Amino acid sequence: MASISMTVNGKTVGGEVEDRTLLVEFIRENLRLTGTHVGCDTSQCGACVVHVDGKAVKSCTTLAAQANGCEITTIEGLASDDLHPMQQAFKDNHGLQCGFCTPGMIMAATDMVNRLGKNLDEKTIRAELEGNICRCTGYHNIVKSIQDGASKM
Amino acid sequence: MYNTNYHRASSVKDAVATMGKSDDGKFVSGGQTLIPTMKQRLAAPSDLIDLRHVDSMKGIAVKGNQVTIGAGTTHAEVNASKELRKACPSICDLAGHIGDPHVRNMGTIGGSIANNDPAADYPAAMMALGAQIVTDKRTIDADDFFTGMFDTALEEDEIITSVTFTAPAKGAYSKFPNPASRYAMAGVFVSQGDSGVRVAVTGAGSDGVFRHGEMEAALASNWDSSAIAECNIDADDLLSDLHGDNSYRANLVKVMAKRAVEAAG
Repeated sequence: MASISMTVNGKTVGGEVEDRTLLVEFIRENLRLTGTHVGCDTSQCGACVVHVDGKAVKSCTTLAAQANGCEITTIEGLASDDLHPMQQAFKDNHGLQCGFCTPGMIMAATDMVNRLGKNLDEKTIRAELEGNICRCTGYHNIVKSIQDGASKM
Repeated sequence: MYNTNYHRASSVKDAVATMGKSDDGKFVSGGQTLIPTMKQRLAAPSDLIDLRHVDSMKGIAVKGNQVTIGAGTTHAEVNASKELRKACPSICDLAGHIGDPHVRNMGTIGGSIANNDPAADYPAAMMALGAQIVTDKRTIDADDFFTGMFDTALEEDEIITSVTFTAPAKGAYSKFPNPASRYAMAGVFVSQGDSGVRVAVTGAGSDGVFRHGEMEAALASNWDSSAIAECNIDADDLLSDLHGDNSYRANLVKVMAKRAVEAAG
């Protein structure tokens, strides 16, 4: 068993977990933060994307023990009183249908802005979404949402 | 995933000592291949020894055209390094097309090279750049390092600490990614520098990454994509699978080589 402690959405959390526990399992099952989703469980779909020390990673492909001592932000940690500008943009632009991929899309989108700035063209956004799969929208409104959200961040 | 025992190494020495005490341990860095493999129960190491927090294995140093990249440097860091881009833009571009942005934030150059996946990108770069793979025990030429599919010259308890190479005057990498997995179905890295012309192919070889002597000779006498038009890519040595047979891959190798030469300028 591993004794782990990390900061999740600004709060110090900890627990005893099996060494093989995935970060996404720890987040969903121990912390009950179920906004982070498991889609494919094979590192393809990006529904599980969270920020670890400010960088987007796939939490289904990271052990909780690897994130020991790190600062994690999940989708639940983005909004303050109001929705985060990127969340609002997905709402305004109908950037989702079933919504399953949305938490990962939004975490990937905010990471994109952190790395590349607020002025994102369509080509860049589409290329940067390589690690996030949506099976409903055809991506069109997701791209629009990210462009809109980025400009307001 | 079968259970395992996680250890976080504080130094290379500490990692080797922990490995010595384990039954069937494995070093893990970004884990972007190893963890999915463990989830599928295709690997079940008794111990995982995490190298990601070993500071001496991180960072990029460029002195003139001499480049050193710490083995624990992520693909995202290689891609974003302005200093490295000035000396050797081809390796930055290669790193920016591995996996996806989230994978690139975790995956490391040392892990990719140590794993030697036959469709990984970095092995082609190491061969084509004539890189030296530096471990905690010795320095190995890339030509001697990659010994076959998922196989390297590394001993069980040996750790890659960095890679070094001389940035070539010209170089570029071109790959045809599988549309689903994004792994290279054929990827060709070409370079032209003080040590001559080197052409390394990944994704296509049935025994992993390889250099192509005939294309190297053709490009050495005429650095132009037309020079390789008549080169023979032997399909017998190439992979055949549901994504493409060996004759298809042989054609891809030539097309990728031409594109790489054109991109290198």
